[in-house]
Amino acid sequence: MTTKIKSFDELKSIQERLKAGRDPKKPCITICVGTGCLAYGTQKLVDNFRAELAKRNLTEKIGFRTTGCHGFCERGPMVVIAPDKIFYQRVGLEDAAEIIDKTLLKGEIIERLLYVDPATGQKVTREDDVPFYKKQTRLVFGLNSKVDPESLDDYLAIGGYTALGKALTGMKPEAIIQEVIKANLRGRGGGGFPAGWKWDSTRKAQGDPKYVICNADEGDPGAYMDRSLLEGNPHLVLEGMIIGAFAIGSSQGYIYARNEYPLAIKNITLAIEQARQAGLLGENILGTGFNFDVKINRGGGAFVCGESSALFASLEGRAGEPRAKYIHATDKGLYDKPTNLNNVETWANVPFIIDRGADWYASIGTAGSKGTKIFSLVGKINNTGLVEVPMGTKLREIVFDIGGGIPGGKKFKAIQTGGPSGGCIPEQYLDMGVDFDELTKIGSMMGSGGMIVMDEDNCMVDVARYFTNFLVSESCGKCVPCREGVRRMRDILADITEGKGQEGDVELLEKMAAAIIDGSLCALGNSAPNPVLSTIRYFRDEYEAHIKHKRCPAGVCKALILYSIDPEKCTGCTLCSKVCPTGAAAGERKKAHAIDKALCTKCGACRESCKFDAIIVR
Amino acid sequence: MVNLTIDNKKIEAEAGQTILEVSRENGIVIPTLCSNEALEPSGACRMCLVEVKHGKRTRIVTSCLYQVAEGLIVDTKSERVLAARRLVLQLLLARCPESKQLREMAEELGIQPEPRFTPDQDKSKCILCRMCVRTCEKVVGVCAIGFSYRGSEKNVCTPFQEDSVSCIGCGACAYVCPSGHIEMETTETGDSRKIWGRTFKMKSCKVCGRYFAPEDQLKFISTTTGVPVDDLAVCISCR
Amino acid sequence: MEQKVKEIIQHYHGDKSYLVPILQDVQKEFNYLPKDALCAVSTQLSVPISRVYEVVTFYKAFSLKPKGRYQLSLCMGTACHVRGAELIAGNIESILGIKEGETTEDLEFSFETVGCLGACALGPVLVVNGEYHGHMNIAKSTKILKKLGKKGATDDDQD
Ligand SMILES: Cc1cc2nc3c(=O)[nH]c(=O)nc-3n(C[C@H](O)[C@H](O)[C@H](O)COP(=O)(O)O)c2cc1C
Ligand code: SF4
Ligand code: SF4
Repeated sequence: MTTKIKSFDELKSIQERLKAGRDPKKPCITICVGTGCLAYGTQKLVDNFRAELAKRNLTEKIGFRTTGCHGFCERGPMVVIAPDKIFYQRVGLEDAAEIIDKTLLKGEIIERLLYVDPATGQKVTREDDVPFYKKQTRLVFGLNSKVDPESLDDYLAIGGYTALGKALTGMKPEAIIQEVIKANLRGRGGGGFPAGWKWDSTRKAQGDPKYVICNADEGDPGAYMDRSLLEGNPHLVLEGMIIGAFAIGSSQGYIYARNEYPLAIKNITLAIEQARQAGLLGENILGTGFNFDVKINRGGGAFVCGESSALFASLEGRAGEPRAKYIHATDKGLYDKPTNLNNVETWANVPFIIDRGADWYASIGTAGSKGTKIFSLVGKINNTGLVEVPMGTKLREIVFDIGGGIPGGKKFKAIQTGGPSGGCIPEQYLDMGVDFDELTKIGSMMGSGGMIVMDEDNCMVDVARYFTNFLVSESCGKCVPCREGVRRMRDILADITEGKGQEGDVELLEKMAAAIIDGSLCALGNSAPNPVLSTIRYFRDEYEAHIKHKRCPAGVCKALILYSIDPEKCTGCTLCSKVCPTGAAAGERKKAHAIDKALCTKCGACRESCKFDAIIVR
Repeated sequence: MVNLTIDNKKIEAEAGQTILEVSRENGIVIPTLCSNEALEPSGACRMCLVEVKHGKRTRIVTSCLYQVAEGLIVDTKSERVLAARRLVLQLLLARCPESKQLREMAEELGIQPEPRFTPDQDKSKCILCRMCVRTCEKVVGVCAIGFSYRGSEKNVCTPFQEDSVSCIGCGACAYVCPSGHIEMETTETGDSRKIWGRTFKMKSCKVCGRYFAPEDQLKFISTTTGVPVDDLAVCISCR
Repeated sequence: MEQKVKEIIQHYHGDKSYLVPILQDVQKEFNYLPKDALCAVSTQLSVPISRVYEVVTFYKAFSLKPKGRYQLSLCMGTACHVRGAELIAGNIESILGIKEGETTEDLEFSFETVGCLGACALGPVLVVNGEYHGHMNIAKSTKILKKLGKKGATDDDQD
């Protein structure tokens, strides 16, 4: 697209033309090149496909599309073949030629590349029949597999920017805001604040210019849905922002992105350029006289910069220290001007609401939380990946039906939601429907949508220590309760995991937690005690075992465990003695080995190497 | 004008004032560690927390930043407030065990150190009240010092922790520092002083001959105001 | 050096608010942030050097010291943590004889732990000069270090 689109009608005719030019029956190879799949070396597979297609003179006859993340990262590299949507997973980098020759040219299915449903042992041929996808509602995220993120044409061909056209030509700003309020779109970045109300306050605020910002900092360790949206469908996020800017009355937007996300930054940069050239961004958008442009700024690696006032400081070129917010950002935000900050996923929901209407949108989800939510399901789970489900979906469905349960037949212990300052949810709440309010009720929160599954081998005190330690290293250091208090909590937790816990520590932690929640300046400190509080609430017995009995029931805390070898199981294969760095694990070939406790550093190398599960950690 | 209640006392205050200002004017004591009238409030130390009730909502706010409002009910000594303050002071006592200022405040407020917090050996006297940095930037206009690192590693220093090139030796930071962390040494005759690792030559007053200000500071004032250095070479008492 | 800094700053139209990205580009150019380059940034953007230093030390992405030829980043995101990343970190630290965030004296290896890299399906993940190595474990990490020429990666007789 090199000429500017001058009206909504012109946009519609271009969409029609693009749609008509695409034969839905034409065979097409789709391959995921999101960061997750690229980490498997997928680029090589892409190159091979291109070369093999060219070699056979098939580049015209067979479509080939690289797309963003489909969510099923566990099974990458992934290839989907249209029109039948044949689904190949864990594709070998050298499999391109075979797939073209057999499946595309002869219609044969390559059995070895099919997904096997572990529940039934049956092979699944079509993408839609894979249980992981079947039980999801892939509204926002589903578009990822339909577009090449580098192609504006792809996005237009699926009706992209229709919502923008509709908003700019047929709706008053106030009406757009009313629609978003009616849809009850709540912020997906953490707090769940109603987006429509925020837009309304920013619109009504005094001050000029007004800014619109997309929060793509995603500092939450264990979450990557924002990245996958920005990376896989940047125009969707952009379209949401432009609509928002029009409703709010802003002409300047920013995207604040994590520097660790180079591909997302590359794709959104390209999308902005394309949108400008097509007259969808910049001056006189779609010939309506509305002007809006977007700049990208990169973060420098600081979790606290996801917090709004710290984000503004960072955008202004300063260290990311928050400030107390008794005046809302909607009145005084970036450069003290009215500012509307929303999360990537929040923005990505906007075009759907405008396009299909608030009533349709509000029909999905629960009473207080509408629409869908993308979660990143990671940790001790069979199907690691991104899943999108309607608000209110039961945790059990997410973990077991979609996630495929826990690997190795281990027992589920807890699921942690809400990012580093969220909470750990025990088994008894697995049948709870997940939405903003329910999660808060049981001492966790939605956060940005990270879900980390833990099994019986995870120690909950260690988990609490891990999150607290993360927050200690991410505290900006401005205010005392967070800077000093969270560190002291971490020290006490470390003592407990090292067998130096004292009677009364749990009560002291609880007391400190309350004062830190009350006393900290920003939401990082206000929520930092959550992981400790929620693990104490549901796993107090594990704390007691560490403190009173100097025992780590899960066998994680180094100071409280000993490595030994089960002579019954040991076959004398000598593997452990080869990997042991200190010579602690030793023995004669074909005879049961043993571990010298004095030499053992508890590095875990033997346990990892043993094929007979003979290493005992207790 | 707005009407509010602080610790059950009915008070009339000007709109735009902070709770801390109004409390002080009315003889209600709220402890602070990072507030200074010459500086904009920063809200860092958290000692000045109070509990406010506005409508149905009760919450803890920073009194140095929170502005009074009609009908506001403020409790400066609620249980939650006292618990938060106690922790703040205990945490600072553990970080700066040598600090006289902190120990005095603890005594005044009846707060004991928390035995479970091992006192730090590796930290300086600095309590990170930020007054020095704010003074240097906003009052002096030099910006010679700043913070480095973050979290509990955060400290006040010159760039690269080296002798500061831009420092003018005015000593304002040392003057506002409540903890005694910033050291300034002056020679017996007063002809030079040392601060932030650098030695500054002092200028003597043209009239009384007393050393009164570093030459660098006079040069700085001269460049910012346009007044020739020579005209500045008279000390305040002789002016 | 000053010229290079100037080019980078021009790319951002001399806009102070791009200080963080500017520093990122400068670091990319020189592999770390040399003092002279920072002073050049300070003068050319008219941002006091104390503020530049504040920003450089605040954000984890910046380094004031040169980095090693091989840059190892181990993901410490939650997913990797629950799958045992901490044990792997311990192994790498003991083989290289440095702590997380440090560089070996011969400037061969830098080792850092990072927040989530978003490749959780592959966790634990070790990235070596931008190349991802998934499903990491203690033995594999030892092997990688050995391949990169770390003598004594399996024996215990290192310098
Ligand atoms: C410490 C901290 C980190 C945060 N990190 C993020 C983040 O990475 N991404 C995000 O969208 N919101 C983050 N938030 C929430 C934002 O401050 C803000 O509420 C959100 O971006 C608003 O957008 P929403 O209403 O669309 O959710 C964070 C908040 C805190 C306190
Ligand atoms: S709560 Fe923590 S992150 Fe927030 S201002 Fe205080 S020290 Fe900084
Ligand atoms: S050096 Fe002194 S004035 Fe500066 S922050 Fe520390 S205690 Fe406050």
